[in-house]
Amino acid sequence: MPAPEQRRLIFRHIDEEGYSNDLACYVRNGGYEVLRKAVQRKPEEIVDEVKKSGLRGRGGAGFPCGVKWSLLDRKSGKPIYLVVNADESEPGTFKDRYIIYRDPHQLLEGSVITCFANRVERAFIYIRGEFPGGAKILERAIAEARMANLIGPNILGTGYGCEVYVHRGAGAYICGEETGLIESLEGKRPYPRIKPPYFPAVLGLYQCPTIVNNVETLCHVKHIADMGGEAYSRIGTPNNTGTRIFCVSGHVRRPGYYEFEVGKITMGQLLNDVCGGPLPGRRFKAVIPGGSSAKVLKFGERFKGKRKAGSEMVEYDWGVEDIPMDFDSLAMIGTMGGSGGVIVMDDSASMVEALGNINAFYSHESCGQCTPCREGSLWMKKITARMVHGSARPEDGPLLKSVADQIAGRTICAFGEACAWPTQSFIAKFGDEFSGYAQKKAAPRPDGVPELI
Amino acid sequence: MKLSPETLQKIDEVIAHYPQRRSAALPLLHLVQEEAGFISNEAVEWIAERLQIQPINVYELVTFYPMFRQKPIGRRHVKVCRTLSCALMGAYRTCAEFQKQLNAPLGEVSPDGEVTVEFVECLASCGTAPVVMIDDELHEKVDAARARSLSDEIKAAGRAPAAKP
Amino acid sequence: MIQPAATDLITVTIDGKEIAVPKGTNLIEAARQVGVDVPFYCYHPKLTVVGNCRMCLVELGMGAVDPATKAPVVDPATGRQRINWIPRPAIGCGTSVSPGMHVRTTTQMVKECREGVMEFLLVNHPLDCPICDQAGECKLQEQATGYGRGYSRFVEHKNVKPKRTLLGPRVMLDDERCILCSRCIRFCKEVAKDDVLGFTERGSYSTLTCYPGRKLENNYSLNTVDICPVGALTSTDFRFKMRVWFLKQTNSVDAESSAGANTLVWSREGAIYRITPRQNDAVNDVWMADSGRILYKEVRAQGRLESVRVNGAESALGFAVAEAAGLFAKGGVAVVGSGRSSLEEQFLTRKLAVALGAPARLVSRVGEGDGILVSADRNPNVRGALVVGLISSLPSASLESLGAEIDSGKTTTVVSVGEDLAAAGLSAAQLAKVSVVYLGTHANASSAAARVVIPTLTVFEKSGTFVNQQFRIQRFAKAVPGAAGASEDLLALAKLVAAAGGPILGADVGSLWRAIAAEVPVLATMSYADIPDNGLLLDGSAWAGLPFAEGPALHYAPAGGAPREAAGRG
Repeated sequence: MPAPEQRRLIFRHIDEEGYSNDLACYVRNGGYEVLRKAVQRKPEEIVDEVKKSGLRGRGGAGFPCGVKWSLLDRKSGKPIYLVVNADESEPGTFKDRYIIYRDPHQLLEGSVITCFANRVERAFIYIRGEFPGGAKILERAIAEARMANLIGPNILGTGYGCEVYVHRGAGAYICGEETGLIESLEGKRPYPRIKPPYFPAVLGLYQCPTIVNNVETLCHVKHIADMGGEAYSRIGTPNNTGTRIFCVSGHVRRPGYYEFEVGKITMGQLLNDVCGGPLPGRRFKAVIPGGSSAKVLKFGERFKGKRKAGSEMVEYDWGVEDIPMDFDSLAMIGTMGGSGGVIVMDDSASMVEALGNINAFYSHESCGQCTPCREGSLWMKKITARMVHGSARPEDGPLLKSVADQIAGRTICAFGEACAWPTQSFIAKFGDEFSGYAQKKAAPRPDGVPELI
Repeated sequence: MKLSPETLQKIDEVIAHYPQRRSAALPLLHLVQEEAGFISNEAVEWIAERLQIQPINVYELVTFYPMFRQKPIGRRHVKVCRTLSCALMGAYRTCAEFQKQLNAPLGEVSPDGEVTVEFVECLASCGTAPVVMIDDELHEKVDAARARSLSDEIKAAGRAPAAKP
Repeated sequence: MIQPAATDLITVTIDGKEIAVPKGTNLIEAARQVGVDVPFYCYHPKLTVVGNCRMCLVELGMGAVDPATKAPVVDPATGRQRINWIPRPAIGCGTSVSPGMHVRTTTQMVKECREGVMEFLLVNHPLDCPICDQAGECKLQEQATGYGRGYSRFVEHKNVKPKRTLLGPRVMLDDERCILCSRCIRFCKEVAKDDVLGFTERGSYSTLTCYPGRKLENNYSLNTVDICPVGALTSTDFRFKMRVWFLKQTNSVDAESSAGANTLVWSREGAIYRITPRQNDAVNDVWMADSGRILYKEVRAQGRLESVRVNGAESALGFAVAEAAGLFAKGGVAVVGSGRSSLEEQFLTRKLAVALGAPARLVSRVGEGDGILVSADRNPNVRGALVVGLISSLPSASLESLGAEIDSGKTTTVVSVGEDLAAAGLSAAQLAKVSVVYLGTHANASSAAARVVIPTLTVFEKSGTFVNQQFRIQRFAKAVPGAAGASEDLLALAKLVAAAGGPILGADVGSLWRAIAAEVPVLATMSYADIPDNGLLLDGSAWAGLPFAEGPALHYAPAGGAPREAAGRG
C-alpha cells in the first residue's frame, strides 16, 4: 500500500515560497489568532484541551504533555517557569531547527499559550549554541511580538504578563535532558538531578515548579488550542495522536523532514515511497527509528505477537517495513519512537564502525557525573575504537554487551539507557559482524565506503 | 579586562533576564568570547566577580562546554560534523579534504594562523549530510568536492562564504 | 537524644528485618540499624546527597494491595503479603523510608549492580596501592574485596591525569585516583564555606581542581582528606610516613580552643603520626580544624623541657618539691593556673591555692572565632576551672593585678602551672623580683627565670578531661609516653599540695575523681570511667551570667542565640 500524504500541521509553511520568519508574514497567515482566543478562556480549560488531545512529547521521551502539566505544584506559592527545550542534539533529528529558523512565531505563540495555561510569567528558550542564527531570529521574533503586546507585561490588554528570554547553550547534548538543562540554565555544570526528589514539576528551575517542553510539542499546543483537544485526538491513532515530523537521514535517496499523522505510515512506506528507497545498487540493512539512542532494527527481522486494536487483541507479524511509525508500536517491538530521527544504513555500512561512531558520540557527551555512564561509555568507545583501528577480538562483542548491561537502569538519568541501548541492540542483532570483524577488516575496503570513525 | 561599551551594555541587559545572577554565566561567556575570541583566565575572574560567584564556578563551565575555548583559534573556524548520519555520507573524507586543502592539523590552528579545522558532534541537519559550519554559517551536502571549493573560497577571500542551498 | 514521637516513625523491612525509623531517614541509615551494610562512596551523612557513585543501589518493593479494597494480597506459598519488586534498582542514599517499603540487598540484581560499579570505578583507576597512603583505609580496596567481581575485563589504555598536584599547603591531589564522588567539593562549599574546588573537563576526563592560582588552604582543608574515600586527596604532612594498619588510635580532644572537637591520635611505638577528627554529633560532627591537627608536633618540638631543675641545676622531683615547700613556708605566694590544664589538674591547683591561702588566676586567650570549630576562647578548659572553683569569674588577658602585687612586695613567689608569666604581661623586672615555681612542657621566659622547673606532659601524654564551650565534659586519653625527665602533672601537683600543707590526694585520675565527685557539686555522683566517649553535658547554669567570649558556631549557641549549623543534610 503506498504511503499516505503528508499532513503538514506544524510544517505547513516550511518550504513555502515567499514565507518569511517575521511577524507580519505570520500574522498575514492567521498568526496569533489562537493566542487571542486562548487568553479569553480560563487557563484550566487549555490544560484540559491538552489533556484531551493525548499529545505526547516530541523531544524523545513521548511523555503525555497534559499529564506533565498536571503534575505541576501549583500550591507552593513559588513562580512557575516554562523552559522551551530547543537544544535539538539527538543525532538524526533536525526538525526543531526548521521551526526556529523559518517559523519562529509558531513556537512563540505555542509557548505563550502554554505560559498562559499554566500561569507562567517568565519563560526561557534554551537553544543549542550551534544555532547562533536561530538565537538571533528568536530574539528578533520576541522583540516583534513584544512590540505588538503578544509578549510582555500586558498581553493583548488582558493584564496577564509573560516575558520570554533566549538562552544559548554551548555544545552539550546533556543539556537536552530536562534537569541537565535546568542546571545549565542556572549557570552550573549541566549535571542531571536525582529524581526523586528533584522532579521539575515540583523542584525545577531555581527549585521552583517548572515545565520543560520540546519545541515541536509547544507548536502542537497551539494547534490544540485552536481546534480543541478532542479534534486533535482524532488525528493520528489512539494513544498516539496528532502528527509528528520524521527526520530521515543516511542511506536513502531522498533524506529530509516529513510530517505525517502518527501511526498512519509504516517504516517501509516512509523509507521506500516517501524517501525513494535505498541508494542505487544498495539494500537496506539497518534502521534506527528514533534518534541514535533508540535500539536498531535489522532488515529481515520479524516481530510476532498480539497487540491491542480497539478493544480486541489482534495478532501481528511484522517485518521492519511493516512497523507503523507510532510510539506504542515501536516500543512494543523493542525500540522507540524517540525524537523521530530515522537513520538508515545500507549494506555498505559496517555495523562495528557504525557502533564505534555512536559510542564516540556518547562518550564525548557523557557529563561524567555518575559512575556507570562515565566509565562505561568511554570503555565501550575504547573497545570499538580498538576493534576498528587496532586489533579486534571475538570476545569484544559479548564484552561490549556486558558493559552496556552494567549501565542501563543504573544511572541518574536516561543517558545511561541512551548510551547502552545502541550497543545492546547492535550486538544482539548483528553479533556475527562483531565476532567476524577481525577477518572482515583484513580484506580490502570497498571503494566509496566512507570511514565512520 | 577591556570590553567594548556595546558588550558591556549587552552584559548588563542579559543579567537582568534572570532572577539569579549565576544564570548569566553562559550568556556572558558567549559575549566575551565573541569579542575577545577566547576566554582567558582574566575573563573568567572578571565574569566571576560580575556575577558574584567564585572563579572556579566559571572555570568549570569553560572546560565543560566545547564551544568555549581558552586559547585563540584560527581566523576561520571550520567545524565538520562527525556523528553517524554525516559519517555515513562521508564526513571523515570531507574533513580530510579540508585539512589537506587548508594545511590544517586536526583541532589545531593552522601554521599560517588562518584556520582551525575540527570535528564537532551532530549539528541537527542530518538530512543534508555531510554538514559543516564555517564560523556561524551552516553549509550542507559538503562532500569532498564541495570541501575543496569551500576551502578555495576561504583561501581567496577574507570573509565567510555564503551558505549555498 | 530526644526520641521522635512514635507517630513520626515509619516501618520498613530490609532483608526481611523490620525496623521503625524516623521519617526522612534514608535507606543506608535504616539498613545500618538492622546490621545491613550498604556500600557507598559519595554519600556522607553530614553533606548533601548527590547520588552519583551508584554503589548504594538496592532493590525496592512495595507490598501488593488489592486496588479496590486496599487489602494486602497474600502469597499462598508463604502466607505473607506479596511484594511487588521494582525491576529498576534505586539508590539507598537518595531514597527516604516510606510506609510499607521493602528493601532487598542480597539479590542477584544488587550483586550485579555492585560488581558493575566496582568494575567501572577500577577501569581508569591506577594500580597505586603499593605507593598510596590510603591503603588500609581505602573504600575502594574494602568494597572491591567485599562486593567486587575480583577481576577486570578492561584491556584498553587508562586515562592519564595530573598525578601529584599540590592543591594547597596541606593537601596533595592525585587526579587519577579520584572517583569524582564530589565529597570534597561539597564539604568546602557547605561546611568550610570556601567554595574553591570544582570539576573541570567532561565525562571520564573530568578532573578535580582548584582555580589556577587559588589554593585549597582554608583551615578545614584536611577534612577533605579524611572524607576522600580513596587516595586522591592525601595529607602532605602524613605523606609516605606510615602505613595506617600499624597505628594505634587513642581518643582525645582538640586543645586548640573551647570548641573541644573530638579527635583520634594515631601513634606507633611512642611517636604520633597524625590526628584526625572523631565523630561526635553533638560537638564537631566529623570535622576538626587543620590548626588543631598539627598540635601533636609540640610533643617533639624544640624547647621541650626535659629535666627537673632547681636553681638552674638538674635535679629530681623530690628535691624540687622540697625547694618549693621552702618557698611556700615564707608566704606571699600567688598561683597562676591555666585554661589549658585538665579539670583534674585545675582541681589540684585549687587545692594548692587554698592550702597556700593564695589568690588563683588564669590567663585568658581570646581570638577571633571562625564560626565553625575554632572558638574565640583559645583555652580549651576555662570552664573546667569554673566548675572546680579554681576561678569564679573569667580570666583577664593580662596579669596586671599580679604585677601590682609583685611590685608592692605582697607576692614574692609565683607558682605557674603551664603559663608563661612574661607572655601574660609580667615585665622582666617583675619576673626577676619573684621566685617562680614553673610546671610546664616547653622552655620560655618563665622556665628560664624559675627557681624550680618541673617538666610536665602535653595533652597527648596524659589522661584527663576538659569542659568545652557547651559545658560538656569530655575525656582525653594518653596516647604516647612522656619525655623521660617529665613528671605526671597530677603527681607533681599532688606533691606540691602536700608540701603546702594541704591534704594528701591520689595522683591518678581514677582515685582523684572520688575527691572531685565529693567536692564539686556539678560533678557529684560521677566517675571518670563513666563519662561516655562522646562526653556529658553538665549543668552550667551557675555561670550563665558570665560574659563568655564565644560566638555562634557549629553546635554551639551562646546564651539566647542560635547555633551556626553547617548546611549539611537537610
